[in-house]
Amino acid sequence: MAAPLIELDQVGKSFDGGRAFALREVSLSLPQGGFTALVGQSGSGKTTTLKTINRLVEPGRGEVRIDGRPVKDQPGPQLRRGIGYVFQGIGLFPHLTVGENIAAGPRLAGWDRDRIVARIDELLDLVALPREVAERRPSALSGGQQQRVGLARALAAGPKIMLMDEPFGALDPVTRLELGDAYRALHERLGLTTVMVTHDVQEAVLLADRVVVMKDGRVLADDAPRALLAGHADPDVAALMATPRVQAQRVAELMRGASGD
Amino acid sequence: MTEQLNAAFALLPSYLGQHVLLSLSALLLGLVLSLPLAVLAARHARVRWPVLALASLIQTIPGLALLALFYPLLLALGTLIGQRLPALGFLPSLLALALYSMLPVLRNGVAGITGVDPAVREAADGLGMTAAQKLRRVELPLAAPVIMAGVRTAAVWTIGAATLSTPVGQPSLGNYIFSGLQTENWVFVLFGCAASAVLALAADQLLGLVEAGLEHRDRRRILAGAAGLVLGAVVAMAPLAVHEQRPRYVIGAKNFSEQFILADLIGRRLEQEGAAVQTREGLGSAVIFRALAAGDIDAYVDYSGTLWTNVLGRRDIPSRQAMLAALTTELKARYGVTLVGALGFENAYALAMKAEQARSLGVQTLADLAPSAPRLTLGGDLEFLSRPEWTAIRRAYDLNFKAERSYNPTFMYQALRSGEADVISAFSSDGRIAADKLVTLADPKGAVPAYDAVVLVSPKRADDRRLLEALRPLVGRIPVEAMRQANLSVDRDQNKATPRQAAAALATAIRLD
Repeated sequence: MAAPLIELDQVGKSFDGGRAFALREVSLSLPQGGFTALVGQSGSGKTTTLKTINRLVEPGRGEVRIDGRPVKDQPGPQLRRGIGYVFQGIGLFPHLTVGENIAAGPRLAGWDRDRIVARIDELLDLVALPREVAERRPSALSGGQQQRVGLARALAAGPKIMLMDEPFGALDPVTRLELGDAYRALHERLGLTTVMVTHDVQEAVLLADRVVVMKDGRVLADDAPRALLAGHADPDVAALMATPRVQAQRVAELMRGASGD
Repeated sequence: MTEQLNAAFALLPSYLGQHVLLSLSALLLGLVLSLPLAVLAARHARVRWPVLALASLIQTIPGLALLALFYPLLLALGTLIGQRLPALGFLPSLLALALYSMLPVLRNGVAGITGVDPAVREAADGLGMTAAQKLRRVELPLAAPVIMAGVRTAAVWTIGAATLSTPVGQPSLGNYIFSGLQTENWVFVLFGCAASAVLALAADQLLGLVEAGLEHRDRRRILAGAAGLVLGAVVAMAPLAVHEQRPRYVIGAKNFSEQFILADLIGRRLEQEGAAVQTREGLGSAVIFRALAAGDIDAYVDYSGTLWTNVLGRRDIPSRQAMLAALTTELKARYGVTLVGALGFENAYALAMKAEQARSLGVQTLADLAPSAPRLTLGGDLEFLSRPEWTAIRRAYDLNFKAERSYNPTFMYQALRSGEADVISAFSSDGRIAADKLVTLADPKGAVPAYDAVVLVSPKRADDRRLLEALRPLVGRIPVEAMRQANLSVDRDQNKATPRQAAAALATAIRLD
């Protein structure tokens, strides 16, 4: 196993001064090059866990380290410039063109103009969008195209780590599958370390090489998809991980019923 | 009509220039103050409420009162920091209007910034923008159309409210309105209203162009609007740059025709000597003496009885000569103000009524009025009812009227004509007393002091020979008949003269020219 790139050490967080805890002693050790999916129901703490990594949320207890260095030792904005962040809301800047959106990260990093211009084309190619869209406004694009731009923007400054919060959650199922596969390929090709929050277990097991199941701010399970799909001692985990199989069985029965009619 | 229009147009370059300079400076100062405040209030919910509440509170103060309040405020502030601040004219107008312009910008600024899509904010944070970068690159550009709409509202308000700066001595398009109201020159009133409305509309349209440009991210419209604004402002303010070389005398006037005519008469004499003159008309009678003592104006005409009771706070009533002598030494000693001399006529506060009605009620003096008073209505000018003279008259003759109402002086005479008022606070030099067949009621108990018109000069001009030489020939030279005639020519309803024309006619009548 490779050395851990991202470590969460007994991380706890309360948003209301200690009455309720969003996170309780979450510890994770994520290797370089890994693709980890955080799954669980709404309110299980998966988004909060993700955001402690780039300091969009400050943990109340414990420590988050990247490359062995505590993230709280770096100013938030500077830390986040080195980490890609993609989320369901996308949040493209409506007053800027697609190209200017993609250029936002490199501009913050102080790249020169020529390098930025070349980078915009490179990223549009990478996320499989025609280069002409660089001149358009985000509002002129479809939802899937917008999230491709969101992905390109997050990747523009060349981060090693990508944090994704329900990145494909708002897309139609076909686009969702397509974009998921496209991202998985990018993850391999660019040697990224990816942490993705999703409530869709099927998406998690098909894209990630490691699945972390959370409930009530705790980690219930943390293993390879295949191992978790095979079964788990915790009934909640077992039930959750069974959903793709149950669904597949139902679909299969439906198909058989339809052909036997 | 044509003549009055011509007179109005002749004054336009200077009034419009001043109006634009004032509105523009106030708007810019307001923006400089309100934009950072709006950002702060948008960031911190705890600051938001007090800031917006304060701005709303300022908005509820009537514009005229807000402007007037800056006079004592600046005087007090000047005393506090041990340095004289100009309490009249540009500075108080600028500050009051700037405050007035803040609310729409604050409100829209807060609404614009807090209204930015949370997802867009999160994206900016996720990319690693600092708070300042997020504000500059994301929040402000997205809030710009909303903020601009606030600026538009502020501009229209400021241009409109700038007409109210006339009474604190800052020339503006309001000079047409205020002097027009006093002299019943409706052409002037309408001209002033129309000019400021056109100015406000033009500014609104050009700012609207900028706003639309910001909204549709259309650089051409932004530039066209901005260019129109800059060009318009430069053209409007160009006449101001031409003036300002010769030594400038500022002559003050209170808010009635006689004062306008006398200020113009003094101004004419100084202009004939080659000096530049500016008149500040429509000053309140409490403000005008302090303005003179502070040097904001150089000279004006006041009345001995007013100075005696209001400035020196005396309640005794000496003889005319003794009062003049005492005023000359006291005003010099206390305020450094020079009393050059009495002009020769008196403008006393006197209660007047229709001759016919006085006869039928058998009223000849104030003493006769007491029994009839409970059935009569008293009309006073805007300050009479709160002046010590009225208190003195009421006490001396035990007068209790059915009702007491305040009018602008012009409307007061009309109220008497229409029967809305039965007794009014007239001025003895008013031409309308004879023209309207009124009688003034004698004051057998001597409750009211003498009101000789006297010329006063500010401390800083005490040794100014040109000014003193222009004023001295006026001493003892204006008989009350000549003054009444001049006043009537301005106040009458038909064939009205402007104060400037009346001043010229008066100069000829008393063989001054």
